[in-house]
This record gives sequence, C-alpha cells and structure tokens, in this order.
Amino acid sequence: MSNVRVNALTFQAATVNGSGSQSANMVLTRAIFSMGIPVAPKNVFPSNIEGLPTWYQLRITPEGYMARKGDPDVLVALNPATWANDLKTVRPGGAVVHEEAYSTADARDDVTYYPVPFAKLAKTRIESDTLRKQLTNMLYVGVVGGLLGIPRDRLEHGVQRVFQTKPKAWQVNLDAVNVGYEYWEQNFKDRPCGFRLEPLSGKVDDLVLVEGNQAGALGALMGGVTVAAWYPITPSSSLCENLIAYADRFRVDPKTGEKLISVVQAEDELAALGMAIGAGWAGARAMTSTSGPGISLMAEFSGLAYYAEIPVVIFDIQRVGPSTGLPTRTMQGDVAFAYSLSHGDTRHIVLLPGTVEECYDFARTAFDLADRFQTPVFVLSDLDLGMNLWMTPRFKYPEASFDRGKVLSAAQIEELKGDWGRYRDVDGDGITYRTLPGTAHPLAGYFTRGSGHDENARYTESAETYARNMDRLARKLEGSREALPQPLLDEPGSEVGLIAFGSTDAAVAEARALLTESGLRTDYLRLRALPMSKAVAEFVARHERLYVVEQNRDGQVYDLVRLELPPDQVGKLRSIRYYDGQPIPAEAITRPLMELEAVPA
Amino acid sequence: MSATLNHIGLGRDAYKGAATTLCAGCGHNSITNHLVKALYELGVEPHQLAKMSGIGCSSKTPAYFVEQAHGFNGVHGRMPALTTGAQLADRRLIMLGVSGDGDTVSIGLGQFMHMVRRNVDCTYIIEDNGTYGLTKGQFSATADVGSVQKKGAVNTFQPIDPCAIALTLGCSFVARSFSGDGKQLVPLIKAAIAHRGMALLDVISPCVTFNDHDGSTKSYSWVKEHDEQIQDVSFIPFFEEIAVDYEPGTAVSVEMHDGSHLVLKKLAEDYDPTDRMRAMRLVEESRAKGQLLTGLLYIDESMADFATTEHLPAERALRDLGEDELRLSRADFDTFMAEFA
Repeated sequence: MSNVRVNALTFQAATVNGSGSQSANMVLTRAIFSMGIPVAPKNVFPSNIEGLPTWYQLRITPEGYMARKGDPDVLVALNPATWANDLKTVRPGGAVVHEEAYSTADARDDVTYYPVPFAKLAKTRIESDTLRKQLTNMLYVGVVGGLLGIPRDRLEHGVQRVFQTKPKAWQVNLDAVNVGYEYWEQNFKDRPCGFRLEPLSGKVDDLVLVEGNQAGALGALMGGVTVAAWYPITPSSSLCENLIAYADRFRVDPKTGEKLISVVQAEDELAALGMAIGAGWAGARAMTSTSGPGISLMAEFSGLAYYAEIPVVIFDIQRVGPSTGLPTRTMQGDVAFAYSLSHGDTRHIVLLPGTVEECYDFARTAFDLADRFQTPVFVLSDLDLGMNLWMTPRFKYPEASFDRGKVLSAAQIEELKGDWGRYRDVDGDGITYRTLPGTAHPLAGYFTRGSGHDENARYTESAETYARNMDRLARKLEGSREALPQPLLDEPGSEVGLIAFGSTDAAVAEARALLTESGLRTDYLRLRALPMSKAVAEFVARHERLYVVEQNRDGQVYDLVRLELPPDQVGKLRSIRYYDGQPIPAEAITRPLMELEAVPA
Repeated sequence: MSATLNHIGLGRDAYKGAATTLCAGCGHNSITNHLVKALYELGVEPHQLAKMSGIGCSSKTPAYFVEQAHGFNGVHGRMPALTTGAQLADRRLIMLGVSGDGDTVSIGLGQFMHMVRRNVDCTYIIEDNGTYGLTKGQFSATADVGSVQKKGAVNTFQPIDPCAIALTLGCSFVARSFSGDGKQLVPLIKAAIAHRGMALLDVISPCVTFNDHDGSTKSYSWVKEHDEQIQDVSFIPFFEEIAVDYEPGTAVSVEMHDGSHLVLKKLAEDYDPTDRMRAMRLVEESRAKGQLLTGLLYIDESMADFATTEHLPAERALRDLGEDELRLSRADFDTFMAEFA
C-alpha cells in the first residue's frame, strides 16, 4: 500500500474509566517506546471512579513532539456512550477499531473500519471470570499491535514492563494480547491501514518515561525533605503518594524500622501547610503539595510564613478553576494568585518547571531557596506535566550540598555575645539570621509572630518599624530575582519573540518548528521563576513583537510581564491564551500568532 | 542559695517572661504564674521548651513566661498544626501550647480534634473564659446555655466541652482545673509536661472585663461555688524520691514515662482515672448537675505518641539530618532512574 505514514500518528483509545484500560494503554506505549519510537501520552480522564468516559491519547512523531495533537488517526472505540462522537473526531484516512456490535450504518466512509467482537472474544477466549473486564482491554493491544506492525516480542516486553512487579500477571495478560493479535492475523491481515510503526534508532536513546509527580517526589527526597503534610486532591495526590512509596524504600532503616521522614495526611490543606510551616520553623525541610482549591485554603498560612519568614515548599499541581472547576483537566491558572497569595502586601517566590526534569530539579532546589530566603517557595506544575508520562533524559545526581541558609548555632550566639536580632538586616540583603528552637543558649530564643514585630522580634505597632520591615521584605524578594532559575533563551535572530512557561513549552517547541517551515522564524524565552529576572525585559527590548503564550483565560503572565516593562515597551506584547482544560496543542499557538502577525504593530 | 535554685541550677527568674499586657486580675495571668512555678520546679531546660499559641488573649501569654524559650504565636485556631509540624522536626522539644476557648473550640476545633487523634506529644492548655476578650466580649462556644453577656444578651446554644470531646477521641491525658487553684493546677501542669502524648488541660479562667458578673458561669464566684474536685493531685518529679503517705485504697499513683509519679488522692467519688467510659459519664453527669468537675479526668500512659507512631528516630531530630543520610546514594539513584527506562 502506498502512502503509508511511518511513525507518525495519533492513537486514541476511548474506554470507560475503572475498566483497567490504563494498563492496556501503557503496554502499547511501552511496546512502541521500546522500538526506539518517541511517544507522547496524554490521559483525559473524568473526576469519577468507575463508569464514565475516558480517553488515552498517544502521539507518535519522528521528531518526538510531546504536545497534544487534537484528533486521532487511529481510534480504538470501546465505549458505546461516546462511540458516535469519537468516530467524528477521527481524521480522514484514519483507522477505526471498534466493538463489532457498534453500528457503522450511515457512518463515515473516509475511514477504514476494523470491527472486533471484543465482548464475544472475551467470553470465549478469556478464562478468568474475575479478570475478564480488565483483560478485554488487552485484546485491543493485540489488534492494534498487528495493525501498526508492532513486533510480538515488543508487545511481550510491554506487558512485562507494565507488570514489572507482578510477574504472575505476565502470562494471563500476554495470552489476551495474543488473542487480539491472532484475531487481527485471521481477519485484517489483508486490510492494511495507512499507518505503520518501524523501529528507529537514535531518537530515544537514554530517554526514560517519567511523570512530573514522580519527578517532583524524587526531587523533594533528594532535596532533603523530612516533613511533608498533604491533603488528597487531584492532580496533586500522586506526588505525595510517590513520596511515601520512595521514602518507604530509601528512608527507612531496614534493621530498626526507623524512618527519616514523616509524611502526614492532614485533616485539610490549612493543617497541611500549618504542619509544614511548624516543621520549617523548627528547622526541618518541609513541604506540602496541593492543587487550586487547596491553594485557596493556604492563603492564611502563606501570609504568616512570608511575614514571619519561615522556609517552606508548596507544590501546586494546577488544575482547572475557579472553585472545584474541572478537577481532572489542566490549566496554568494559579500563577497570579500564588505569586501574591494572602492578604496585605505579600510576594512569593514561584518556580515554573516546564519539563519533568525541571520538576525534579526545582523540587530539589526549592528547599535550598526556601532556606536561603527564609520564605515560602511555590513550585507550580500542572496536571498535564504532573500526571502524564513524558520522555526525558535521566535526571542528574546533585553535586552541591544543601544550602541551609542563615542559621545561628549556640556557639555563634556565644561569639556574638548574644548580640543578635531575628530580623536585623546585618548583611544588607534583607535576609536575616534565625535560630532554631532547641538551640542551647540562653539568648538563642525569640518570639515568632504574624503580628507586627521589630528587628528583635518583639511586638510593635510602630508605624516606622512596620514600614521598615516591609521595605526589607521587598528588598529580600527583589534580591531573589537573579538567584532563581533564569529564563531559557533561544534566539536564532528574529523580530518576533515568544514568551511562555511551564508545560506550554512542548507546544511552543512544535509551533516554532511549524512557523519556521512556513517562513517565520521566532525567538523564544521560557520563564522559569517569579519574581522574574531582568533578562525578560531585556528580551522584550530586543524584539519588535512578542507573544506571551499561556494556558489561562486572563493572560496572567502577560500581565505580570507588562508590569516589569518600561511604558514604551508595553505595547509590544500580545497575548495568546488557551483555556479549555486540555493541554495546549501547537496549532493553538500558530493560528492566532499568524493572524496577529497579519495585523500591523 | 540552693533553696532558690531548681535541680538544673536555675532560679525562678529564668522562667519569667515579658510583663503581661492583659487586664489586671485576668485569670490568664494566674495561669502564667502557675506555669512559671511548674516549669521552675520541674527544672525544664528553657531552651528545650517551645511555646506555641494561636490568636486571642490566651495566645498572647507565651510572651509572659520563659523568655529564653522559642515562642510561636501563629494564626487563629491553627496552633495544633504548627505544633504537630514542629514536634516532627525535633521530637525532643517540649511542646507547650496555649490556646483559648475561641481559638480551640470554634475556629480551631477541627485541628484540635485531629491533634488529639494523633496523640502529638504536647501540653495543650485552654485558657477557657467563655468569651472573646480581644474582640470585646462576644460569646464563645464554651459559654453555657443561659449565660448572660455583659451587655445583657443571653446565650441560647449548647456549649462544646473540650474535655468531653477529648475523652470521646481517646485523648491520652484529660484534665480540668481553675486558674485560681494553683494547688491543683501546678501539679496537673507538671504531670501534663511529664506525660508523653497529648495532654489537655482545660483551665477555667475568668475574664474580669467581659465575663465576671452574675449570670456568667465562667466568673470567679460561680466557679468557686460549683467547683467539684475529684481528687487531691500531687506530682512527684523523677528526681525526687517517692514517699507517699495514704490509706490503702484511697489514692492512685500513676507512673509517668520519665519516672515521675502522679498521686491522686480520692475525694468524693471513687474515681479511677484510667476508666475512660466512667470519665465520660461523670463529666456529663456533673454538667447536668451544674457542677464544674476539676482534676485529672483521664490518663493513659501506654498510648504511643505521634513521633513514635511515625517511627521517627528516638534520640535524633529530623531537622539535624544532612544530605549524607537524606539523599539516595549514587548507586541507588542510578538503579532508581533505570527503572523508568
């Protein structure tokens, strides 16, 4: 067959959640990845346990693009409730594997159908009554494997990789895969589809597949977290659950059973952050992890930690708001809120990881930054980054030691003859010295409070002292700008600049390639922290027209960038916003950008 | 000289704090004085003490004792979370939380209950005056039905009894006392500090400005008339030899974790402080009779505290650990990364 597209397709499985389809999708993903082919998985799942529609999308490109691409080329349809709509989304020329019982009468004629009697096969060919529902999904792994030309040994590898820790499950799953494969052989071998997978080399060498919340948990562990308090919330829960699993493995003395960490499931997000702040105050590296609704509850304690200057790390795996919003969809909607969380003049350090490797790196260094600046550090990931698998180079082992910041020991207090004050700006950088409770010196103690305080931590309502302290806090945060992860710049030389952050990076990378193909070269700055580096304003100054791309309705970072610019530069900025809860695709950048480019500046 | 120094060589002055800014005659100031006495007599190392509080008149008081110690005046109703976290960071700290009835039983009720549930090693004092003092006299949730506000308003809602809640949740140390009764309160404070786990002390502490009048059930005169003591409490610290003189069957001696002894000499009731069901019943019965039951209501020295349940090292603080112990080794790290391939 001519016109076969090799290693370039989007696969989509439409199933019912709670049916075990995730394992089947993972087997396919692992099988294809092990052929050396780049994969970009995206899960679209409901806020529900069982019975509602769920979709799994696996994008395959020789370039290794990791952004979502709207419509599928190959569809597996196993959900009668969404069948009619799912069919509509398939691109012309696509392949549709579906339950034989679904009607294709008056359906499209620009796709090829592969009807499979899944229910019947499951009944006759799968022996286990208890596993039948789960294993039905493995049948489509075999059919799709045959259709796309995935070698059988790769399918076997996929099964073994997914059930890595359960070798007993290998055979029964592989049997089901083989039933599907054989069905393909007997019925569809002569009905080729327009897509084919062929082994590649040099594309995914040394890459691994990691979820952002796995990376964040590992980063926190390597960053020395010893107290983590959290409250369950999608899409953040898996970060602390991974932390628990990793800690059970690496932080427990096998002989004594002693644990070098405490991970507490708190009664709510207020308590979660409160525990982390209590621990940070007493000198532990402490964290919490949450999502938007939790961030709202944490406003009170965030202000306390900012004003009383207590180190703590807060992970926000963003989901769609406002309110409960769409709990299982992605968004970059908490940036402006987190940046100034709490009443009064509050400012926080916000890290913006754009890759899973940065989820690891920033999770680790957040603890250094929190200790160094004695303030909360927010790490803003999102559902797309946190809960999907991403190809990534292996993470690097940290070479630097912990930076515990300015902490005075009993000996140092003695050396100072007790002449110290908790909020005295000795070094002129706005960062003061602290002591920890339990420091054995009669002059080490001080009183921490969220009410007005002077340089010696004594209560005061003095107007001058209040203003002086607030000015120092502003100076402290100002000084963090160049100490935080700096923006990444890629400037081949264009008058058009793109500014983006976080998980939007994947779509920007693809959009830039597409734009270059159509003759528009672009420069790119990826913002990685707030308060933002001066490099952002400099980047703006070097360009004529700039597009801030982000996944929220209000252009939150577009606004924040404009605040950093001199008035004559502000007009250069344009805003591209995507906010339907799905990960942004490249077309959502290229299309509006080309339209806006057509408008004179 | 030695008469004025405690067993770790400190004078009483080492346990004093800044001058109080509360109203003259406030019950809270009496509690502060009893705390100073108890801490001094116990010989607590000031630097080992962590004074925690929320918001309100009560929560200001940690500034008024043991100035040498670290203190943390947090946010309203959230002292339990801060205390829990600090305990985990360094379990060797002696956590002393001071809260009020509004701070604990209204805005902080959830955190209070969960702290009890976790049995965090902490002395938790409620300075209970049935009113919001700092915001000038509104009812709190511990005010009794029929209690009259200074401006004449009558409370129509059932009170929440923190001791009853604590008993229901299985709190490992539950006591009630009165700010004006140092004879009872000082040994109870000592025992609470010696106790390893959550020790709740609900101390009725009249508010002289807003709630010390006829019609208030948290006034000096009301408490004095209705106080029913269930036992004579005495505390013998571990560094003193125990020599108690009492008739067999009339007293109970409870041995604490650090070897101290709490001796409870029975008064009116034939009271067993280790019988939780009975304690709950007695608290309810006395409430129905309009009595204020004081003394040690319940104690369980066998329950593991939170840091122990969490399997934390016994003698070391999490906060002191460095990268050599907290990071994966290079070999473990490489193995772990390979698992994602």
